[in-house]
Amino acid sequence: MSQPDAAPKACADAALQPIRRADGEPLFAEPWEAQVLALAVALQQAGAYTAQEWAEALGAAIRRAQAAGDPDDGSTYYQHVLSALERLVQEKRIASADLLAARKAAWVDAYEHTPHGKPVELRRA
Amino acid sequence: MSLQEHPHHHAHGAGHGHSLVPSDPALRTKALESLLTEKGLVDPAAIDAWIDAYERRIGPRRGAAIVARAWVDADFKRRLLQDANAAIAPFGFLGREAQHVVVLENTAAIHNMIVCTLCSCYPWGLLGLPPRWYKAAPYRARAVIDPRGVLREFGLELDEATEVRVWDSTAEIRYMVLPQRPEGSEHMTEEQLAELVTRDSMIGVAQVQVAKAAAR
Repeated sequence: MSQPDAAPKACADAALQPIRRADGEPLFAEPWEAQVLALAVALQQAGAYTAQEWAEALGAAIRRAQAAGDPDDGSTYYQHVLSALERLVQEKRIASADLLAARKAAWVDAYEHTPHGKPVELRRA
Repeated sequence: MSLQEHPHHHAHGAGHGHSLVPSDPALRTKALESLLTEKGLVDPAAIDAWIDAYERRIGPRRGAAIVARAWVDADFKRRLLQDANAAIAPFGFLGREAQHVVVLENTAAIHNMIVCTLCSCYPWGLLGLPPRWYKAAPYRARAVIDPRGVLREFGLELDEATEVRVWDSTAEIRYMVLPQRPEGSEHMTEEQLAELVTRDSMIGVAQVQVAKAAAR
């Protein structure tokens, strides 16, 4: 297999690094990691994009992160999944960047205005 | 794993009575989930069921059952290598997210190992979700450039005469390695054999050994 000519530097550096293995590591470090992966799978099953489109989006998200200095050591993998899903959702015109940002802000608002101990829910407009 | 939100930062110092605001990625995930649910594209119950399945049920034991069957049933092995999806279908391991699976047989002459150089493509339905190192840059880059060096790092020193073949998984084709049946396993039942088979041996970075039955 040939390497692309313009391989990012992070990729070349990776060729010198040891492979870090850990036994008994949890599948997901935090609940959102499981949720974002499940969302990506569910959207693909719903026909919003193909497996090929997903792999390309995820690969592109990893390359963008590497270029921005991400260690790409596996610890940030679900950040890449999240970025890829956000971008694909925009490309497929399922939701705009503005809508995603507004919805995130609505969740922050909901958390800040929900008394501790009560379930956090979005307030309906 | 608990499905409760993971509080990331405490806002506004002492005295606040509101719920803790989750981390940035957790909030972005909630934004996606709520929007996609409203659009009818995802079902939150199905999301929870998927997570539960991968955390509790779907893992490398499935692939191990396939390997053990192939070791004891020559006709099954022939069909597995010819058309893995058809051979595996009766096990019920390949659900809706099934991809085209190709099983590669390791022999004394040929050692196969799998990688996804682009991202993290992997035979989920047979091995569960991939280990972290499989998704990390060092393995993705080095498996192709220096497979023997990678195998040495995993403690596997292959005979110089053994040909190493590295298979780059894609969205369409998911590879799984059929490791060699180890010496000293001749008397074992299919069930006992399945216990020997490790995840790493089906990725192709390890061999199956009788003595190492207790390990992963």
